[in-house]
Amino acid sequence: MALLEIENLHAGVDDKTILNGFDLTIEAGEVHAIMGPNGSGKSTLSYVLAGRDGYEAQNGAVRFDGADLLDMEPEARAIAGMFLAFQYPLEIPGVTNMTFLRTALNAVRRGRGEDEMDPASFLRMVREKSRAMGVDDDMLKRPLNVGFSGGEKKRNEVLQMAVLEPRLAILDETDSGLDIDALQTVADGVNAMRSDARGMLVITHYQRLLDFIKPDFVHVMVQGRIVRSGGPELAEELERSGYGAYLGAETGGQGDGAGAAHA
Amino acid sequence: MSEAKAGIDRETVDQVANFGGENYKYGFTTDIDADKAPNGLNADIIRFISAKKEEPEWLLEWRLDAFERWQTMQEPDWAHVDYPKIDYQDLCYYAAPKSMEDGPKSLDEVDPELLRTYEKLGIPLQEQEVLAGVRKVAVDAVFDSVSVGTTFREELAKAGVIFCSFSEAVKDHPDLVRKYLGSVVPQSDNYFAALNSAVFSDGSFVYIPPGVRCPMELSTYFRINEANTGQFERTLVIADRGSYVSYLEGCTAPMRDENQLHAAVVELVALEDAEIKYSTVQNWYPGDADGRGGIYNFVTKRGDCREARARISWTQVETGSAVTWKYPSCILRGDETVGEFYSIAISNNLQQVDSGTKMLHLGRNTSSKIISKGISAGRSSNAYRGQVSVHPKAANARNFTQCDSLLIGDKCAAHTVPYIEAKNISAVLEHEATTSKISDDQMFYCRQRGLDPEEAVALIVNGFCRDVLQNLPMEFAVEAQKLVGISLEGSVG
Repeated sequence: MALLEIENLHAGVDDKTILNGFDLTIEAGEVHAIMGPNGSGKSTLSYVLAGRDGYEAQNGAVRFDGADLLDMEPEARAIAGMFLAFQYPLEIPGVTNMTFLRTALNAVRRGRGEDEMDPASFLRMVREKSRAMGVDDDMLKRPLNVGFSGGEKKRNEVLQMAVLEPRLAILDETDSGLDIDALQTVADGVNAMRSDARGMLVITHYQRLLDFIKPDFVHVMVQGRIVRSGGPELAEELERSGYGAYLGAETGGQGDGAGAAHA
Repeated sequence: MSEAKAGIDRETVDQVANFGGENYKYGFTTDIDADKAPNGLNADIIRFISAKKEEPEWLLEWRLDAFERWQTMQEPDWAHVDYPKIDYQDLCYYAAPKSMEDGPKSLDEVDPELLRTYEKLGIPLQEQEVLAGVRKVAVDAVFDSVSVGTTFREELAKAGVIFCSFSEAVKDHPDLVRKYLGSVVPQSDNYFAALNSAVFSDGSFVYIPPGVRCPMELSTYFRINEANTGQFERTLVIADRGSYVSYLEGCTAPMRDENQLHAAVVELVALEDAEIKYSTVQNWYPGDADGRGGIYNFVTKRGDCREARARISWTQVETGSAVTWKYPSCILRGDETVGEFYSIAISNNLQQVDSGTKMLHLGRNTSSKIISKGISAGRSSNAYRGQVSVHPKAANARNFTQCDSLLIGDKCAAHTVPYIEAKNISAVLEHEATTSKISDDQMFYCRQRGLDPEEAVALIVNGFCRDVLQNLPMEFAVEAQKLVGISLEGSVG
């Protein structure tokens, strides 16, 4: 059984359809990258998969480990093993990073019928994983994402992912706002989590991230659907020639994606 | 964050998670024969109360004087609360469990039904073996109009600390009572204080002798049980020179369809170099989701930093009551005195809160700090009302006020009404205020990490209140964090 199966998904916000017949299958152990110009529906895809309010599926099916994903509350999806690394992680004043990690981990464990982790083992585990992500004790004691730099926020997202050990990790523009050193740290964290049991969906605008996180498959997404799939070489091709060709094809040669083609 | 603290957050979330349906767990009543005064308020009723308590003549006179003044006063209407007119003639002003008639000589003689009530409330009235590492807390329990028992008295007496019911203090320490009663909140201070002065029934009395650091936390648990009965307790805490005491107060009441009146007065006196920390977790019955029933909580709390370098700190967690009207205040009379007010006020459903503080700077080099966190949910209304006033002679007064409101949903209201008055040019007064909402994005973020909506709200609100929760003694911090979660039950849909 595939880890994630998306079939002919139509979805959007309010009455606006943004995903327009989207198909994708991810097997455990695979890393898929989705690239596409601004406005192609990449972030919408991540929100629909994670179950954000207001992002409704209008048609099609999504199965996660065989279960009907679209029927599940966001927290149930998290408990089932879906993790979304946010493009813009949220601030929660007064709640320390450590408290948030523990609350989330225990919520997920309880949801799976497992015992909560005892405080000593938890501390040991978090310290170890934090070190790998360059997250120091001070950052664990600070309120979640409050006053964090862009790089700190992204490293922290990957730390949460490492603590929660999801079955499927969706990384939404995790490279945005990162300098080259931060990008390396984040990528190392993600790469360390690659395993036969885990799938990953890396959403990005630029090929740069894919130099650090080597995908098994690359998909080009335009106007709410995948228009081309291939291996890592496809990312390099896009870097050279841009999205222009795909935009032209999609709009029937009327040259409507000009704005996006600049990207 | 310490591991102990970690456990607290967990408990909060558990509490919320485990809560099905009814969310006020102290709503039971106790079936106890009560000795009640007839309904109504007049000089005879006051004589009845005074006689029941075998009070000296001077105290009866003091009560009657207060009653006379009360009759000339108008019920205040400036607060941002709305409730039907109270018929003061239709209330009972004295109720005592019958078994207390002859007065138990020790805790062993207290009616077991009463002890069970307190056990249900989670308050041990038996002096239990103290587990290693857990601090002792001495408890005075007030049931309707009378104190039913005070624990650890002998151990406290060894340190010279007096901790007993107000009625006992009148009998055993009349000089102290007479000297300090009404010295902070005079009889005619306000309408509800005057009413309390006329009919107050019982409460707690604390005296810490000079130079003594009270060896344990002191606490009073107030419980209204009888229907249609007002509770009018009076608490007096005196910290003599160079002494220290931390005092905790907790309140619950049964669920009843009719409203019940609670008009208490708390007076604190801190002499030279003395320090009083006074913490309250107020969890009176708030009424049901449609606003039926609940306590009207009209309370006057004031502390007097009477001599140099005295410090008084109020910490309150207000989650209960249908209507709350309460402004714990500090009079900074001595030079270099310090007043603090830390508050969390939560309103849900149709609750109304008008609460805040007054910091009156009279002495030189006085300073005060106000941290207020208001959380409104449901269709509730939550107002912070505060006054910082600097007297002409109060050179170098310093105040910092931070006033934050958090809204949950779009049908509740938050108001901030600060009065700032500086009559001395050297004063430095700062006021910061914020209003925020729990955003859909924050909720989604938490849920994506596995928290259900109620866990998410409890977590975010506990974060919002963190500055204040950190000020509570450990025992109360646990209780308060749970309460924060429970009282917001059902606020997200």
